[in-house]
Amino acid sequence: MMGGIDIIVLIATLMAASTPVLLAATGELVAEKSGVLNLGVEGMMIMGAVGGFAVATATGSPVLGFAAGAVAGALLALLFAVLTQIFLSNQVATGLALTLFGLGLSALIGKGYEGVRPPPTAKLEFGPLADIPVLGPILFSHDWVVYASLVLVALTWAVLKYTRAGLILRAVGESHDAAHALGYRVVAVRFAALAYGGALAGMGGAYLSLVRVPQWTEGMTAGAGWIALAIVVFASWRAERVLIGAYLFGGITALQLQLQAAGYAIPVHLLSMAPYVITIIVLVILSAAHRHGVAAAPAALGRSFHASN
Amino acid sequence: MNRRSFLATTAIAALASAAGLPALAADPLKVGFIYVGPVGDMGWSYQHDLGRRAIEAEYGDKVVTTFMESVPEGPDAERALTQLALEGNTLIFATSFGYMDAVMNVAAKFPNVKFEHATGYKSADNVATYDAKFFQGRAIQGTIGGRMTKTNKIGYIGSFPIPEVIQGINAAYIHAKKVNPDVEMKVVWAYTWFDPAKEADAAAALIAEGVDVLLQHTDSTAPQAKAQEAGNVITFGQASDMSAFAPMPRVSSTIDNWAPYYIKRVGAMLDGSWKSEATWGGIDTGMVEIGEISSAVPEEVKAEALALKDKIAAGEYHPFTGPLNKQDGSAWLAEGVMAEDGELAGMNFFVEGITAELPK
Repeated sequence: MMGGIDIIVLIATLMAASTPVLLAATGELVAEKSGVLNLGVEGMMIMGAVGGFAVATATGSPVLGFAAGAVAGALLALLFAVLTQIFLSNQVATGLALTLFGLGLSALIGKGYEGVRPPPTAKLEFGPLADIPVLGPILFSHDWVVYASLVLVALTWAVLKYTRAGLILRAVGESHDAAHALGYRVVAVRFAALAYGGALAGMGGAYLSLVRVPQWTEGMTAGAGWIALAIVVFASWRAERVLIGAYLFGGITALQLQLQAAGYAIPVHLLSMAPYVITIIVLVILSAAHRHGVAAAPAALGRSFHASN
Repeated sequence: MNRRSFLATTAIAALASAAGLPALAADPLKVGFIYVGPVGDMGWSYQHDLGRRAIEAEYGDKVVTTFMESVPEGPDAERALTQLALEGNTLIFATSFGYMDAVMNVAAKFPNVKFEHATGYKSADNVATYDAKFFQGRAIQGTIGGRMTKTNKIGYIGSFPIPEVIQGINAAYIHAKKVNPDVEMKVVWAYTWFDPAKEADAAAALIAEGVDVLLQHTDSTAPQAKAQEAGNVITFGQASDMSAFAPMPRVSSTIDNWAPYYIKRVGAMLDGSWKSEATWGGIDTGMVEIGEISSAVPEEVKAEALALKDKIAAGEYHPFTGPLNKQDGSAWLAEGVMAEDGELAGMNFFVEGITAELPK
């Protein structure tokens, strides 16, 4: 306890609260590392939320629900890939359209699922480990998706940093012309990166509708996709910093509600805007730090590629 | 209907008027509604939509109803109301507090259109207001909560610090305290009427603080789901019965039954007797209903709650009866004095004993 706030509960809560954004941001990181700016994260998340919810209630299996959420997100991402990589449409406009499309389509699909309750997602049983003071509740009290999200962040970090596949992905994102000249299939790499990004965003959405809320309601992502996009920039395109960004954001969100519940007379509006203010401050510091050096963003980010150029 | 389909209807309406379609002699009365959440919120907006459907069932082809859901409070509401007025609706129900100024602005522009604003306090010749005494239901919830809490902590998820919500918090606290002097009230403001993720987080924060009775003044069932997950927390259905969560965590509910009022007002439009009025219905008129008290509540507590309900319905008891002090200790109501409606409608303070601070 510290000033009426239970730190252990706070950390345990923020890990669960941050999971949707963490998953979506990790996916978007990979997409952006390949040089594609997909602003449709919100749309992919909400499609994952409704798709995961529909399959989980139909089959009674949350695991299948998360798989379906990932598939739904990936399908929407592939639509984006076809439009931007094959038909070379503007990435910013297409991404925004994808968000609007996803919000509308999910509302249509979800009509029959309002007021329905999903099957519960089981917490993992760690036996005596969960009874360890402090560490037990923080590390060993979650459902499997929280651990899966951490594993995915670690894998993404390792693959990007240490493997040949990661190197190719980064090369495509830095200079698609050079990568093409070396014989790498730029469009294929970007399709794969976008599909991975969509799948993670869809899983994040499914976590919202199956665990965090848990129910389906229209527009339930409520801007989480945009926060995921901001976190990628906040993290200056590094997987380990995405984790910090997502937990920081989730932490402040959880903290402001806990401070209220504990009876602190801190202006609520100030706390509500704190996560956004901190994101902006970090962005300013980052851009100041990069003034003389190389920018942190992948050099080919947002640029269309065609082999004829 | 939302803004997307809204554009389509606008286009069709424009085409129809351009083509000069003649108006039919016996036009049905067109009645419009705007809702703050989706109809599927299973709470507030859902109940208003039940009222709309009751109008259709009652008057058949004499009326045509239209609704727009998820209309944000603010400038969007003004656009939506203008649209409904332009489409020929002559009676429009605006079903959230935050639509108040939008209703007043649009009503000034369309003097021949009648407006009905829920839970507001501004009126005009063509703007009537209607509200329900939700605090009567809160008094009963407070009694059940005060009796059943083991941790002596009651949590309240507030939407916005407006009189309607403050009345609810005060009424719940006063009656919980009456049956359990050790009870403590914890309040979290969500600053939204409908955001399931935020409501769930607020519920989780309160439960983490040791709350085992959870009251909500927001519209989704997300807090119910969180309480169910926690296992030993009781909740009350808000606006709608939320009986999907009975018998635990939902042990009772306050149901807003707008149907009789809507039917009466549409009837008044049809026979030309509609006048601007301020209606504040309670348990006595059936506008506030108490949902079934579930088997999770001990028999004697259930009997106590039902007795309280009967006394309120019969007008023998008012939930705000003195002696009551304000939070700062200053006197509010003297022994035996009942609060007046006008005073309650502007309530902007907590009563003595609540430690949470009211945001300004």
